[in-house]
Amino acid sequence: MAFLKFKHAPKNELEKGGRGEIAPAEINEQPSKTCPKCHKKITLSALWARHNVCTCGYHFRMNSRERIELICDKESFREMFTDIESQDPIEFPGYISKLEAIRAESNENEAVICGTAQIGRQECCVFVMESYFMMGSMGTAVGEKITRIFEYATENKLPVVGFTVSGGARMQEGILSLMQMAKTSGAVKRHSDAGLFYLTVLTNPTTGGVTASFAMEGDIIIAEPGATVGFAGKRVIEQTTGRSLPKGFQKSEFMRQHGFIDAIVDRSDLKAVITNVLKIHKAGS
Amino acid sequence: MDAYTKVKLARSSSRPTGADYIKNIFRNFMELHGDRRFADDAAIVGGIGFLHDMPVTVVAIEKGHSAKERMKRSFGAPNPEGYRKALRLMKQAEKFRRPVICFVDTSGAFCGVGAEERGQGQAIAENLMEMMTLDTPVISILIGEGGSGGALALSVADRVWMLENSVYSVISPEGCASILWKDAKRADEAAETLKLTAQDSLANGIIEDVIPEDDIGSKGYYRMIREKLYSEIKILKEEKDLTGKRYARFRAFGSSGEEAK
Repeated sequence: MAFLKFKHAPKNELEKGGRGEIAPAEINEQPSKTCPKCHKKITLSALWARHNVCTCGYHFRMNSRERIELICDKESFREMFTDIESQDPIEFPGYISKLEAIRAESNENEAVICGTAQIGRQECCVFVMESYFMMGSMGTAVGEKITRIFEYATENKLPVVGFTVSGGARMQEGILSLMQMAKTSGAVKRHSDAGLFYLTVLTNPTTGGVTASFAMEGDIIIAEPGATVGFAGKRVIEQTTGRSLPKGFQKSEFMRQHGFIDAIVDRSDLKAVITNVLKIHKAGS
Repeated sequence: MDAYTKVKLARSSSRPTGADYIKNIFRNFMELHGDRRFADDAAIVGGIGFLHDMPVTVVAIEKGHSAKERMKRSFGAPNPEGYRKALRLMKQAEKFRRPVICFVDTSGAFCGVGAEERGQGQAIAENLMEMMTLDTPVISILIGEGGSGGALALSVADRVWMLENSVYSVISPEGCASILWKDAKRADEAAETLKLTAQDSLANGIIEDVIPEDDIGSKGYYRMIREKLYSEIKILKEEKDLTGKRYARFRAFGSSGEEAK
């Protein structure tokens, strides 16, 4: 198994970091965006210093490289399986050109990055899904990479820490994308049966086929505040049932209340919480 | 026959449903209700009986025929408690060394507020995980619609067969067309594109066999399925490392042409 060197591509993704609108640039004014929760303007540099969290606590999205930088010990991340790319298994019209455009724009070749790292000096396997790559949708490449990181972790007796963000299965890959739900779940099960620890961190949004597979299979499941977590889409539920949805529906707080999430952790506390949980499991093994 | 015609055939209320297969294939069937946690989901019928001389566990998604029956069965869209009932019965089958036979027919897992509150995603995920290592033979037959995660949650099996006019898809053709082309009316085009027919699934290698429907619903038809199940289960019972092979079956999907480093 060759380790490929983590190619760090610093990108200023902040302008795309959430639903906040970028304010028009005025003279002598720093670029900023408006928080969808408190409606205040916050400069991009201030936001960056706070890991994309507004002063009111609203968690903007964060790309996978920023996430690695925030969570993993400095320069400890060794990326793996970088040559795995999606094929076009059902020759879906326009899919190849869409993939090419997104690869060029995002500098990533798929919607998940995997590797080994240290978190608080705890050795582990890590996967981080990428919302800027087709909304983190799971096709054959994502399924294969997730499966391989679990197989690698099982073989090397390592825990897995996974960050999920996904719109669900990637319909452009048809039934083969559906099969990735079973494939990844099988890999998680084998890792689990080997007595190894798996922590999932649900970030905004985690939905569809990813929720219905490896996102919900962690020994411990934590979520960022205010993240949407669910199986069916809100609009689909409203249209199907004709009912208006309860307040806070499918938010991580709602999911915790209903018993599906162990804890909600602010981004600023994430690294410390993950480190602690890894230490507890290491001491017990 | 074009793909969308097959979708419509697969959805037809005149097709035999899960309960019809149970009634006509198994002897001494007894239905077992409830997930022991919340409720009994009428969209899934589960129980025990004989396949010839062989005790088996059967799990079937049931759509119902009449309008009233279909309402009662949520049109074959299971809630989390349905998947949990199915898993309870499959675990029970494992304990008593009974093979499991699933009949799958759903447009998808139930879509609603309650289903989300009770963890639809978690329920499906748990079935996918647990079925993968269920230490007893499992055969799933798609008898109508194989709608996304809601169908997969009963299809992590050693053998997956599809009826000639059944479909298996990650998304409905209408859903695909409305997301992609903002036009649900182009569902016929989407159906072709998605490669969702039984014949496509066989060509893609995700199922083992297509069952002809020539005399669907007749005595001879059910006899044919009974014999096919019986002889295949006998083979599976002799397999060494059944769950390892089941994992390998799913492991292969979408990893062709990529060399492991």
